[in-house]
Amino acid sequence: MANPMKIRAANKDGVTEVKVLISHEMETGQRKDANGAIIPAWFITELSAKHGDKVVLQGEFGTAVSKNPYLAFKFKGGAKGEKVAVSWKDNKGDSRTDEATIA
Amino acid sequence: MNRRNVLKTGSGAALMGVLAAAGIIRPGLALADWNKAAFDAKSMADTLKALGAGSPADSKDVQVTGPDIAENGAVVPVGVSSTLPNVTMVAILIEKNPNALAASFVLPEGTEANVQTRVKMGQTSNVYALVKADGKFYMATKEIKVTLGGCGG
Repeated sequence: MANPMKIRAANKDGVTEVKVLISHEMETGQRKDANGAIIPAWFITELSAKHGDKVVLQGEFGTAVSKNPYLAFKFKGGAKGEKVAVSWKDNKGDSRTDEATIA
Repeated sequence: MNRRNVLKTGSGAALMGVLAAAGIIRPGLALADWNKAAFDAKSMADTLKALGAGSPADSKDVQVTGPDIAENGAVVPVGVSSTLPNVTMVAILIEKNPNALAASFVLPEGTEANVQTRVKMGQTSNVYALVKADGKFYMATKEIKVTLGGCGG
């Protein structure tokens, strides 16, 4: 299981800004190890963020997203104390969901 | 239907079942199937085709934010924002990467067209922001110079 995400969510003037830092290798499948063998691709393919039951963002990543991906977005609504949950899934089938409280 | 499609839909359905069972995602709200064709496409034209974007119009209402010069191509902060109404999709494309499409996002109603992330860039390249608003595609470009590539070993 992967390490937890760091999620910050803050509401200002009715708009909630969410910042997510995911811990993931994001291996491109183009690098080679010391023996010249290609390191297989290992990256997050899908991601979604929910505020309560409502999906506020759906993302698809390719291998070009940096190691330990960072993502920031904003949605209307949300209030202090409510939860924002972020889930991802990688190409090896691993997945993780973490949630944060809106500040 | 070829083998690849069968595998893709099969695993997608299985995942949905698992997630639904775990109560993480309700059926119907499950993640969309990863757009393999778009992410495998090498050139800009192929990627746009796979996304169904055709030839998007350049728009001043779409902005790409990022540094003019990125010292480290492995971590280039890139953002896409737009003032167009009813934006439903944004994507980041890097012309000279091995696969042009870096990331795409579906924005439900209420989510602002303002997304930032970090991407890898193999070399100096134009970075494109693709935005779908009211069913039409728009695009904006910014050249980001890379002094140290992020795709090599």
